[in-house]
Amino acid sequence: MQKEFLFSGFGGQGVMFAGQLLAYAAMDEGLEVTWIPSYGPEMRGGTAHCFVVISDKPIGSPVTRHPQVAVVFNNPSFTKYEGEVAPGGLLAVNSSLINQESRRTDISVLPVPATQLADSLGDLRMANVVMLGAVLEVFPALPPAAIHRALEAHLPERRRHLLEANYKALEKGAEFARSMVKSA
Amino acid sequence: MTKELLKGNVAIAEAAVRAGLEAYFGYPITPQTELLEYLSQRMTELDRVFLQAESEVAAINMVYGAACTGARVMTSSSSPGVSLMQEGMSYIAGSELPCVIVDVMRGGPGLGNILPSQADYFQVTRSAGHGDFHPIVLAPASVQEAINFVGLAFDLADKYRHMVLLVADGQIGQMMEPAELPPMRPLQKNVPDWALTGAKAREKRVITSLYLKGEEEEAFNLKIQKKLKQIKKNEQRSVEYATQDAELLVIGFGTAGRIAYSAVEAAREKGLRVGLLRPQTLWPFPERRISELADQASGCLVVEMNAGQMVEDVRLAIGGQIPVTFYGRTGGIVPMPDEILAAIEESYSRLQIAV
Repeated sequence: MQKEFLFSGFGGQGVMFAGQLLAYAAMDEGLEVTWIPSYGPEMRGGTAHCFVVISDKPIGSPVTRHPQVAVVFNNPSFTKYEGEVAPGGLLAVNSSLINQESRRTDISVLPVPATQLADSLGDLRMANVVMLGAVLEVFPALPPAAIHRALEAHLPERRRHLLEANYKALEKGAEFARSMVKSA
Repeated sequence: MTKELLKGNVAIAEAAVRAGLEAYFGYPITPQTELLEYLSQRMTELDRVFLQAESEVAAINMVYGAACTGARVMTSSSSPGVSLMQEGMSYIAGSELPCVIVDVMRGGPGLGNILPSQADYFQVTRSAGHGDFHPIVLAPASVQEAINFVGLAFDLADKYRHMVLLVADGQIGQMMEPAELPPMRPLQKNVPDWALTGAKAREKRVITSLYLKGEEEEAFNLKIQKKLKQIKKNEQRSVEYATQDAELLVIGFGTAGRIAYSAVEAAREKGLRVGLLRPQTLWPFPERRISELADQASGCLVVEMNAGQMVEDVRLAIGGQIPVTFYGRTGGIVPMPDEILAAIEESYSRLQIAV
């Protein structure tokens, strides 16, 4: 089974890291994985994105036109990728910064006030990890424990003091997604 | 050994270090700059030579000089930078010096852009400098294969006293994949017996590409041609997927070959008898195997990230036996699997398959 993720947002919102964290976790679980960033002539204030493909078989193309999951962190990313999510797929929206609503009826939409939730944990920069926690709750490509292990194994030394905060951010996102699913 | 999540450019750099790279000369250019950046730290750490030259022209001539001393030496660049290196590359070929040159290809012609491309196929296989020669050209399709080919590149360079090009594209350079690095090889203890080491207490050695007399130049050319013939006989490499009963043979190298794999898999799921051959060496081109497969297939589709370059080699290998069609994207656009699948379905529908 191949699973394709797109993470997109402003430079600085941690979309590359969110994708890498997922890629590390997939690798540690013994799966095949590719992570590929946008690296074109990017503008300040423009969008940055990365693709992650996870599979139990060798991966051909590391990019795909219609990913199963798109995680968008800002308005330009929403505009660009809302229409691209594969039918039956998931569009996860950082509703703290995105004021648009999807009109698509053939996909699941998960609005997460990720920036506010991260702020409530005391660190705005954790919005990316909050989003990842929420996404994996709804689209369980990997168990949360795998993400914990990946953080522990691959978070650089200078960031290790943020380990606990990352766990909390993951759980905050997951908890929010659970509450959404319940109320739906 | 365990797998690590490695970016293509960084993986190539570390693989070179582990293959016993003694000296690196280069000049930054996207999309291969991480390779140079990584080596600037790593080579210094190991007390080996790293030098950022003032230009690609200088870098390749430093490679030339260092190779004369028998050192394991490498440079890397991207398309416009490789164009600048062509004069030096020809001198290196004309002096029969081993070295490895990495080209992480980008969109062109001209300054073009920094997106992934395969438009340097002609340049690397045909016109890697003036005069009559071909470098050995290796084309990986994944981070792991890039790592494996770095070791192979140095070994082939030494074996044939010849230049080896490793050609990737921006996508392979920028992508991260789990891959395993080989153990660190010890640095070579003895330099080869042709190297310039200072002629103290021995006959002097001469490394040159200058032969003023026609007869001498021709004799030297015949020597190179003999070597290239050996390489052509020994070093053709390719991998295949589902070619056993394939009616349509898809051929693509590097990133295009890898994406074609996804398309061929999808075509098989639809019940089409389609197979993939991915050349791993662009020179020597795997013509023997392609010719064999042309005996059993009814048609061939070539997929490239250029306007159609390798397709000429495919046509030469197939020699008119079966129809050859082409699908390509240019300008740094990477084709999506669904476009290649559409091209497969179109080529397949035109085949006259005997039932």
